[in-house]
Amino acid sequence: MKKKRTAQKAYVYLKKTWTLYLMLLLPVAFAVVFRYLPMTNIVMAFKDYNMFKGVWASEWSDPIFKWFQKAFQTKDFWYALRNTLLLNFLDLIFGFPFPIILALLLNELAFKRYKRVTQTIVYLPHFLSWIIISGMARQLLAPRTGVVNVLLGKVGLGPINFLMENGLYVATYIALGLWKEMGWNTIIYLAAITGINPELYEAAEVDGASRLRKIWHVTLPGIRSTIIVLLIMNMGRILGSEFDRPFAMQNDLVMDVADVLSTYVYRVGIRGFQFSLTAAVGLFQSVVCVIFLFGANAIAKRFGERGIW
Amino acid sequence: MVKSKRRKIEDIIIAAICFLFILLCLLPMVNILARSFSSTQAMINNRVSFWPVEFTLESYYYVLQDKAFVRSLWWTALLTLICTIVSLVITVMAAYPLIYENLKGRRFFNSMFLLTMYFSAGTIPNYLLMKQLNLLDNPLVLIIPNCLSIFNMIILRSFFYTIPESLRESAQLDGAGPVNILIKIYLPLSKPALATLALFYAVGRWNGFSDALMYISDPKYAPIQLKLWQVINNRSSIETAQQEGFAAPVASEGLKAASVMFATVPILVVYPWLQRYFITGVTLGAIKE
Repeated sequence: MKKKRTAQKAYVYLKKTWTLYLMLLLPVAFAVVFRYLPMTNIVMAFKDYNMFKGVWASEWSDPIFKWFQKAFQTKDFWYALRNTLLLNFLDLIFGFPFPIILALLLNELAFKRYKRVTQTIVYLPHFLSWIIISGMARQLLAPRTGVVNVLLGKVGLGPINFLMENGLYVATYIALGLWKEMGWNTIIYLAAITGINPELYEAAEVDGASRLRKIWHVTLPGIRSTIIVLLIMNMGRILGSEFDRPFAMQNDLVMDVADVLSTYVYRVGIRGFQFSLTAAVGLFQSVVCVIFLFGANAIAKRFGERGIW
Repeated sequence: MVKSKRRKIEDIIIAAICFLFILLCLLPMVNILARSFSSTQAMINNRVSFWPVEFTLESYYYVLQDKAFVRSLWWTALLTLICTIVSLVITVMAAYPLIYENLKGRRFFNSMFLLTMYFSAGTIPNYLLMKQLNLLDNPLVLIIPNCLSIFNMIILRSFFYTIPESLRESAQLDGAGPVNILIKIYLPLSKPALATLALFYAVGRWNGFSDALMYISDPKYAPIQLKLWQVINNRSSIETAQQEGFAAPVASEGLKAASVMFATVPILVVYPWLQRYFITGVTLGAIKE
């Protein structure tokens, strides 16, 4: 009797909701096949990959951490690891404060139409690909014909070979990252600023506060939690790596500082067929990344913020 | 009185600083545009800065001569269209059921999607998967593996949440099923969010490079970013020239500038139309559950 009732209940429930489950079928299948299934291939890091046998039939490597040991013994791996950390760290130091400053500036802009135009234009570089940006950069920064060096030449400087010398390459890499994302990254701060109670500004006005004082005592405290969460989350991504940006910009002359883990994996793994070695490198990177991310999230929560999950 | 005057001066200084940022963003593009319309001679003599010198359409003519490049442009346009439509459909299919709070298994599906944002298999395991699925050098590899972005799904779901639940409940009382409610109420009200996602997906495909680099070796399926990368690195013109038996011409500066413009202009054309929507979209994406 009771069984019948549950069955009936289930029938009524499913009759109402089966279309929703049907809808979920496709996205779930997508996630399983293209996001979870490849995780089984991580086992490659512990096997001697044989292209003809495939992933599962390949022999286990002996010792089991053979490929990790091999990776840690290669000079290129350590260069790639160092560069990943260094470039991400510099990105954090320079890439973090500028969007905040620009957001504060945009917020203080009194002319509404002009403000909209400025926003539209500073968001634009975000939508250009790194291939396009590196194509433009190589033309603009070319030592003889690039407009930057031509202008520098007029004031008696240069020519400076921005993309072919180690230190300058790193500086250019960071600067171009700033150029692309600085405007875009203001969006989140501007949104946070809109959430500030306007009465606070009115009160400051009555007290005769200057513009700078209002920024310092009202606006900045108002977006404090956004700043902290973003900062901590960015620190959690210090070992993450993009591919397009370093790959599009690097060249043979600066490989010592330009090669990062993602480009190393591509070059040695997919182009050099060392799948097991680079799978081990990738796994090492993912594991450290996840640890950092959890750490960052825990710190964010300790600061009394919501964190990311 | 004195104070308001000081305010005005401050306002003008801030506007001037913002103008510098505008220049910083625009001048690089203006320079490339000017180069693409200038003669090679003018470029060699360093006479081109922000306005075309000895105006000519030569560079564009040469780019259009490169049949592989033109075909790649059309191919990428088609690919972008297909990807955007497929992705929008799948994103709606993932986001909509998850707003039903009493749907059994909702939490499970939710975390299943969210986890993929923080854990990914990595380059090599993904590459091996494409190999196992026989997708290498298959045009589908440029469409399916990235057709659902969880970040975009969250944006859409957050937008769905802003639509009052009472609308849904009254439609349910009238006997409308979930699909009907989606088509009649949710989709029409979500146009700004859908426009934002369409922009993100379309730009993502148009700018997509690494998947093509890793999974596609047949030049027939090379999207525009891969093609452009070859042009910038002097690869494509030399290869095609060798194939067709010409002496290898080194891609001239003007040709590179014009190629960059071909890849950039579609974005510049679409962007202003959609940009009024995307700020809402991005802000919603930042609000997580």
